[in-house]
Amino acid sequence: MAVIENLGIADPHALARSAARKERLVSTIVPIATAVALIGLWQLGVRAFGVPTYIAPAPSDVAVTFVEKFPLLMQNFWPTFFESVAGFVVGNLAAILIAVAFVHSRNVERAFFPIAVFVNTIPILAIAPILVLIFGPGMTAKVVIAALICFFPTLVNMVGGLQSVSPQTLELARILSASKAEVFWKMRLPSSLPFLFSALKISATTSVIGAIVGEWVGADLGLGALIIDATFNFNSPLLYATVLMSSGLSVLMFALVTLAERRIVRW
Amino acid sequence: METLVGQPVGATHGSAPAARLDAATVRFGTYTAIDKLDLELEAGAFYTILGPSGCGKSTLLRLVSDLIPAAGGDVSIFGKTTEEARLAREFAFVFQDAALLPWRSALKNVELPLEIGRKRGVAIPTGPRNPRELLELVGLKGRENALPHELSGGMRQRVAIARALLCQPKLLLMDEPFGALDEMTRDRLNLQLLDIWRETGTTILFVTHSISEAVFLGQKVIMLRANPGRLREIVDIDLPEPRQMKLRDTPEFNRYCSYLRELLETC
Repeated sequence: MAVIENLGIADPHALARSAARKERLVSTIVPIATAVALIGLWQLGVRAFGVPTYIAPAPSDVAVTFVEKFPLLMQNFWPTFFESVAGFVVGNLAAILIAVAFVHSRNVERAFFPIAVFVNTIPILAIAPILVLIFGPGMTAKVVIAALICFFPTLVNMVGGLQSVSPQTLELARILSASKAEVFWKMRLPSSLPFLFSALKISATTSVIGAIVGEWVGADLGLGALIIDATFNFNSPLLYATVLMSSGLSVLMFALVTLAERRIVRW
Repeated sequence: METLVGQPVGATHGSAPAARLDAATVRFGTYTAIDKLDLELEAGAFYTILGPSGCGKSTLLRLVSDLIPAAGGDVSIFGKTTEEARLAREFAFVFQDAALLPWRSALKNVELPLEIGRKRGVAIPTGPRNPRELLELVGLKGRENALPHELSGGMRQRVAIARALLCQPKLLLMDEPFGALDEMTRDRLNLQLLDIWRETGTTILFVTHSISEAVFLGQKVIMLRANPGRLREIVDIDLPEPRQMKLRDTPEFNRYCSYLRELLETC
């Protein structure tokens, strides 16, 4: 009996490894299968109830459009991509620098924080036309809108991050007679990185929203412009394909930031 | 531990006392934390500080280490002002929380004091041991590249001790360094600390709220009383050196403990 058992059961480590592999497999298969099932349900529903394509296209219609109109989609993808990335860089850089100034001087914070809160409370849809009026129909207005939408979460998180150094670490700095610059570069800035990346992950997706909202207000190129165009022409499959493209751009930006976070924040 | 030979106490630093307080007073607003405290610490000795909560134990360490200013009286370290002593790195501080920088490896944390001030041309004193050898001294050989979160609480505290020893301080200030550790780890670190003390010949001022730890480690126990913080009594602990674990079961050891317990009740 014992001999048979010994022959039958592999070593416990291999068993644990195969269990872990199974667990990983299940955790990828379940969400994919759910998504596939929902898309299948949508396809069946649209066909079964005879819903007209302009109200809700079947996934197969969207897929066909996606392939057929791929050059058009890409042509409109690049402007939105550049606006999002430029807005992301400008907005976050401004937020980081202003957060440094806030932490450096209480008075700067007292002076400008209420203004930052006020600007943040204005709905982006309300401020977008104003910015398009100021900067014209070119790319600049879209970059500014994307930057604006990134700015506030990063400012708040970065201020919190720079202040997150423990009191004992600051006492250690004092005992080592560290200068203000050394405290900043060796303690405050690295401490803020996990906070900064939380904010960057938010703005990675919101910067795309900002660029698209900007294009809605006035543009003839870009995913936002294409969304408006497809809607007005009742071209629902193209609308859906464009939305898919936009969310793909957000996912791409989010993935890049997450990748950078994994390489930089290892603690 | 038996291989280390004890050095004659006080022989290493000439005649200046390690620290000298003359009517030193510390106030926080209207609250007097330490009131006209007179104290002279002999160089090379191991002092432990006991007292009821609120007696200013930690405040005393922070006063000596130039973290908080004296509202009155005078404090000197080896004949220098606390600021001069801090700039010359004559003392080091070990906090209750190890205060390691979480993004730095154990080795990089130990090296931190070498980096602070280097660009400003500050002369940084170093001891006979490099950071790698210090980690070996505290029993962390092989863990040089571990990040703090990969180490246990006791290991983190040992990294903090190695960092404190890097500039070969003549005075080591320790604020309940083992207070958050389990008893077995604490016992082991107590023995290790005694080894380090004998070998380096440094003066140690060690705050604890454990009576048995105070008796086991200290050559002298400084008992403070609360409201306001004043000196109650300095108790000489005349127990055989080097101290060993089995000492704790002897009647002499327990006599000191019960004496201090009674004294503590009158503080």
